Amino acid sequence: MDFGFCLSPSSHVKMDSVDLTTFNRLKETNPDVNTCIACGSCTATCTAGNFTEMSFRRILLMLQRSKEEEAKKMIQRCMLCGKCTLVCPRGINIRKILLDITR
Amino acid sequence: MNNNIFHPFVLPFVLGMAFVLTYCVVGLIRVIWQLPKEDRKQFLISLVTPKTIWANIRDLFGDCLFHVKIWKRNPLLGYMHSSIAFGWFMIIVIGHVMLFTLKPLEGVEVEGFARSFTNFYYPIFYKHFATETPVFAFLMDFFLLMIISGILIAVVKKIYSKIVGVKRVTKFGFADNMVRFALWTIFPFRLIAEKSNIMAFWWLYSIDLMIFMCMLPFTRYMHIPTEALFILLRHAGLKAREPRKGFALAQLYSCPSCGLCIDACPMSVNDQKSGNTSAYFMKILRNGDMAEAQRIAETCLMCGKCVLVCPVSIESCDIKFSQRAAVPYEIHSDHSYLDVISTEAEHSGDPSGARAFTFGEKISTKPKTLYFAGCMTQLTPKIMRSMKQIMETAGENYDFLDKDGGVCCGRPMILSGKPAEAQAMIAKNTELIKQSGATKLVLSCPICYKVFKEEYHLEGIEILHHTQYIDELVKTGKLKVGKGEVNYVYHDPCELGRAFGVYDEPREVIENVGNLVKAKSEKVESICCGGSLGSFRLTQQERDEITQNSVDDLMFNKPDEIVTACPLCLKTFSKKSPVAVKDIAEVVVENLQANN
Repeated sequence: MDFGFCLSPSSHVKMDSVDLTTFNRLKETNPDVNTCIACGSCTATCTAGNFTEMSFRRILLMLQRSKEEEAKKMIQRCMLCGKCTLVCPRGINIRKILLDITR
Repeated sequence: MNNNIFHPFVLPFVLGMAFVLTYCVVGLIRVIWQLPKEDRKQFLISLVTPKTIWANIRDLFGDCLFHVKIWKRNPLLGYMHSSIAFGWFMIIVIGHVMLFTLKPLEGVEVEGFARSFTNFYYPIFYKHFATETPVFAFLMDFFLLMIISGILIAVVKKIYSKIVGVKRVTKFGFADNMVRFALWTIFPFRLIAEKSNIMAFWWLYSIDLMIFMCMLPFTRYMHIPTEALFILLRHAGLKAREPRKGFALAQLYSCPSCGLCIDACPMSVNDQKSGNTSAYFMKILRNGDMAEAQRIAETCLMCGKCVLVCPVSIESCDIKFSQRAAVPYEIHSDHSYLDVISTEAEHSGDPSGARAFTFGEKISTKPKTLYFAGCMTQLTPKIMRSMKQIMETAGENYDFLDKDGGVCCGRPMILSGKPAEAQAMIAKNTELIKQSGATKLVLSCPICYKVFKEEYHLEGIEILHHTQYIDELVKTGKLKVGKGEVNYVYHDPCELGRAFGVYDEPREVIENVGNLVKAKSEKVESICCGGSLGSFRLTQQERDEITQNSVDDLMFNKPDEIVTACPLCLKTFSKKSPVAVKDIAEVVVENLQANN
């Protein structure tokens, strides 16, 4: 029945169907991803983020939501300058994680 | 067969000699074959260029024969190595001189030099075959005793290595230990055989030589023949391109695993981490354990200290780079978005996200100085503020390249083994710098300084680190500073000091504003702060250990403040230092004279 309006399609991620292979593999090689508190310091300082939407915090989130393609596309913008690693309050070795994802 | 000129006990020696010579010839052909075409050409040309010929001769004598670098490091260690290597060499040379100056020998038809080929084993066992003239006998005995004195030091070093100023030594496997034992026993056996002429000792001596020579290619002693080739290749100006081929292969075999780099490496502050040092890296790579070699290559801080303390001058950092570059990546960088950055004003405020980098109007006719802070300095804005004040006070016509965030210099990308992917950043920065119309580029970060010096083509633009720039301003009188009473210690950043030898300018600046005290390790010996971007694998805890060690070293003479010239060192030290850590620019600003 057409009422002339409708509910917008749901944008929520169905966690049951999420494929976490990449993220789990990443957790194995870099256990420090577990300690991320999503504070966003990495994103705030990001050199590439100054020009694009590059955000490490979002990359981690995308991987946890099995949006691998988007994450990989975002990673291409990274300049590996290491500011994110320096400012991370949890001491996460972000550059290594970024490199590991691209391998 | 004449008994005066041949005895079956020479056979093991002849066998060993034949094997090692064959191996070396095959290895030589292999290394030269594996060189890329242009490198091979460059190498062959260098062999006939007078300048390189001179350098080759100098280093072949200085490094291979006299071991000047080891003497400089520690005289006793130098004596230990020289007495064995140079002594052995002299015994062989004098033996051959004796052979061809001898009167006609019974059973030997050839004369003079030719005897060195037909009877090459003769000098090795000469006492058995002939009685020699007194002068030669004295020289031969003298050098033999010299070798034995060196071996005695080596034995003591094995038990107590600190006697030659070495804290940690390389741990060896079975083959290396066995050859070392063979080497130690060769000369005592020879001495006994010569003095007693007991057949059994001549046999033992000969068999020992065979063991030494047959196992030589599979141990660290392969550095003896390879180093000569390595010196020739190095002077040809080659760089390692692949981790286990060509030039790199020659370097792997030239590494004597002496372990001088173990004490030097900042990572070996923790004994368990000393396996990450170059000595082990070279061994592991040589044995073909690629996964482990990759791990070490990615752990290394790339501070370059091992390269400078290496008595053979092996470019281990270059090999680590090539090892990093050998990893295949699935996803490659895409920095095409940098195109949105432009210096054209109409782009500013463009909704498409385009950025305009506006340079100040050219009001002054003075030559313009462009200041590039770099990513790391963006995280330490006090350096930027100090630099701004310095340039204002000196009345310079200056501009900022990255006031609101710039493009990375590209060095971190190169450090991660992706030099090709750094090109987009290098191109963009080059474009911006050229458009600025500056004649001088000042950098605050040694990481940037290295890449700008090595990879950028900025003809007509002088590239300076801010320590050099400040030194210049002070010396030309543009900047007047007063001398305070504070005791400073200066930390040499790896990529400024070891990479470019900028040791004096920062020290002169500091001496103008206060008292400079010495650190325990300085200049070439300075210890990496532990924050280096070179390492990918070191965890924060591992880095902290290195930082603590480096801070302790700097605090040796109890300075009031630590001064450095690298924003990354500054940030790293600030966490661990008991005293204030400052950049050289800040210290200068604190001591500016009022009447500037």
